[in-house]
Amino acid sequence: MTVILEARGVSKRFGGIHALDGCDIEVAQGTISGLIGPNGSGKTTLFNVITGYERVREGEIRLDGRAITNMTPEAVFRLGIGRTFQLTRVFGRLSVMDNMLVASQHDASWARRAFRKAGSHGERAKALELLEFVDIARLANEPAATLSYGQRKLLEFAYVLMADPEFLLLDEPAGGINPSLINTLAERIRALNKEGRTFLVVEHNMEFVMGLCHNVTVMHHGRTLVSGDPETVRRDPRVLDAYLGGVGEDEEADGADGAGAPGAPVSDES
Amino acid sequence: MIQAVVDGVLTGGVYALMAAGLTLIFGVMDIINVAQGIFVVLGAYLSYVLSVHLGIDLFVGLLITMPAMFVVGVVVQWVFISRLGERERTAMSILATYAIAIMIEGILGLVFSDNYVELNAWYVTRSYHVFGFYLPYIYVFGFVLAAVLLGAIYLMLYKTRFGASVRASLQDRSAARLVGVNVDRVATITFGIGVAVTAAGGMVYGATNSFNPNTGYDLISRLLTIVILGGLGSIGGALGAAVCMLVLEDVVAVVWSPVWAPFVFFAALVVVLSVRPTGLFGRSSARAQ
Amino acid sequence: MRRVPSVVGGRNLKAGGLAAAMAVLIVFPLVFTNPTVTSIAVFTLLFMASATAWNVFSGYTGYVSLGHATFFGTGAYLFAIVAMRFNLSAGSSLFALVPVAGVAAMVVAVPFGLVALRTRRHTFVVITIAVFFIFQMLAFNLGITQGSSGIQVPTPNWSPWTFNNPFYYVSLGIVVFATAVSYFLRRSVLGLQLLAIREDEDRARGLGVPAGKAKLTAFVLSALPVGMAGAVYAYFLGQIFPQFAFSPLFDLSVVLMALFGGIGTIAGPLLGALLLESLQQYFTFQFSNGDLYLVIYGGLFLAVLLLLPRGVIPTVTDYLSRRRARRSSAPAARDSLTQPIGEPRTSPIAIVTGKAP
Repeated sequence: MTVILEARGVSKRFGGIHALDGCDIEVAQGTISGLIGPNGSGKTTLFNVITGYERVREGEIRLDGRAITNMTPEAVFRLGIGRTFQLTRVFGRLSVMDNMLVASQHDASWARRAFRKAGSHGERAKALELLEFVDIARLANEPAATLSYGQRKLLEFAYVLMADPEFLLLDEPAGGINPSLINTLAERIRALNKEGRTFLVVEHNMEFVMGLCHNVTVMHHGRTLVSGDPETVRRDPRVLDAYLGGVGEDEEADGADGAGAPGAPVSDES
Repeated sequence: MIQAVVDGVLTGGVYALMAAGLTLIFGVMDIINVAQGIFVVLGAYLSYVLSVHLGIDLFVGLLITMPAMFVVGVVVQWVFISRLGERERTAMSILATYAIAIMIEGILGLVFSDNYVELNAWYVTRSYHVFGFYLPYIYVFGFVLAAVLLGAIYLMLYKTRFGASVRASLQDRSAARLVGVNVDRVATITFGIGVAVTAAGGMVYGATNSFNPNTGYDLISRLLTIVILGGLGSIGGALGAAVCMLVLEDVVAVVWSPVWAPFVFFAALVVVLSVRPTGLFGRSSARAQ
Repeated sequence: MRRVPSVVGGRNLKAGGLAAAMAVLIVFPLVFTNPTVTSIAVFTLLFMASATAWNVFSGYTGYVSLGHATFFGTGAYLFAIVAMRFNLSAGSSLFALVPVAGVAAMVVAVPFGLVALRTRRHTFVVITIAVFFIFQMLAFNLGITQGSSGIQVPTPNWSPWTFNNPFYYVSLGIVVFATAVSYFLRRSVLGLQLLAIREDEDRARGLGVPAGKAKLTAFVLSALPVGMAGAVYAYFLGQIFPQFAFSPLFDLSVVLMALFGGIGTIAGPLLGALLLESLQQYFTFQFSNGDLYLVIYGGLFLAVLLLLPRGVIPTVTDYLSRRRARRSSAPAARDSLTQPIGEPRTSPIAIVTGKAP
């Protein structure tokens, strides 16, 4: 079993709060891994760090053995890590199709393709196929702002797939969506996993996580508490303690990183 | 040279006051009031009218002009600013206040013409001699006035219930609303206060410079530079940046040439922002956008 | 999909409308020969080009620039300085300097953009104002610009009755060029990326959009037609002064025009400039009082901001599409149930571009 993503000793502070405090995590290639933990345990912050939305001073992230610590979000994406947000972030005034095309990737350098017409035949066909896959193809020409919350989650999932990422990070994919859609979503994730894609999923819906994931990691106070198969994790007394003891304790931290609007690291360059 | 530094500090105090109003408005409302410059000029003209036509002393006149400018601020906020949509609020506010600025400029031009005027009083032309420096009375009086008003703003912010609401709104508007702060009222009063200080700033400015309705452009570009360097929304930063920049400007004027002094002022902005996009004193993690 | 038929119909209509508009613009100075009228037309065209170019950057990215007068002034001064230094004689051949002036504006835009675009939206606005003032100050103080006495530009000895016509057609050419840039950019990969940046810059970066490069490219590109317009302006007036070449009113005007017509659309800035600049020029001829004009202008701006914040074109197209939706009611009805609060029902961009798959 090869490790595709590895984080070692990652620490991140916001003011006085340790959002991540020497966090370690490993994700094996070809698995669906779950990441759970009480509010404020640092799950979304870890996602932000992996995908380049937050910079860290301590710790290292490796993808296929290659260090990707503190890369920009666009570089991380191009390396094949796709990510969805807890609160969906679709481009509201663009059509669903255009949302898909924003994410489509090319081998040609940016300078060479910038002035070409957006959306070749092939790209549009691929986008439609992915929209079919998540069952919102009929909305392709609607502005994304008119989609329901659940449909936006599906759109986010679909446009991330435009770039064929081998590794996907999903932040609460089932949160707030229609229960009937949850099973469809799990099915889609399994199908993609069969194609060889790896998933790391943050989710509060325990049934969803335990049913879907091969492996679950529990975070608490910015650190990894337990990691193992769902049964083991479910039985571990420390996990229950973490949830019972930690409820509401530092919601503030999760609120801060949950919004996922990090200004500083992004404006540092360009 | 040292004279230039002293002058810079003294005039910097007055700019600090005007910039504090601007940055306070931004902090509470996310609004960049581009009309702040023309409000200063308007304040100067009000003092001019009172002193020339009614013979009221400039400092005494502030008892009338500051409340008057407060009312102007409240009216502008209530009639125009509060009606802008939430979307792209900051950008819209820049455009709206810019439009208000050119309207006021036009009105001032119609009433007072484009001729340059100055404010006069017995203390405008006299100076103290201290340790071989010339300290014009008006610079010293202006500095004291600015210090007093800044002190009053500080006390208001940190010692009153209203100040607590303002600080809560500075931190996080929606959270402040949740804990029962009437954010709209706080915004209106803050806007009024932010504009009222321009009456004092305008009086001192008018007594130390000649001005006409176009002077607002020069002022606003300086004030914006100061608040950006100080970090938008940070009052302490605005004070520090105002003094630093005015000292720099005065020193350049002496060492090099007065022609290039304002140029250095803006060049400093460009240089600082290339190194630190959030400003000299800005928090390293900016607010969302 | 259900829109396809109407889009095709719309396309023919649009092409026809475009051809008709072009024909009107081409014959205009031949029909209305009064020099006052054609002179108003030249200014109007220059602003149509400038507002369109401004929109290419600010409209598409959502980063409001209040510093495009920098490019206008750079173009004007480049033209005047080159003509003066090399003692060029007046004539049609002097128009060859117009593209050079545009390129000079682009050269200025590179460092300008590199500094200003490091910051986020509202700091960006303020930096553009500051850089603009730096340039105005330079024009006042440098030797080469001859300070506040300005520069005389050679005037061609064309007949007074047709004097304006060459300026008119060159300006029209710049308008066509700027519109073409705006149109093709809107359909390009870069254009789509710019719109994504406007909606959510961080998210766009997370999908591989190189935001820094994209913004800078658009910024520099938008400087080109503005610099060209500045050069024609200098030539047309025959002299330039710092406060007119680098005018804060120019900055505000292009924003107002784009805002009035509809930011982010292709036709919006054209329409806005056409209406407002011709009106403004008319006012200038009617009342010579500049102060009264400022009051009217400021009032108009505020009225647009408060009453038509989305601009004429999006408001009208929105209304039309709503009517169309009502006629083919069924499919739209379900979506409107899921429509989130606070978002416009229909995207102005989607409509103006007549999205066809």
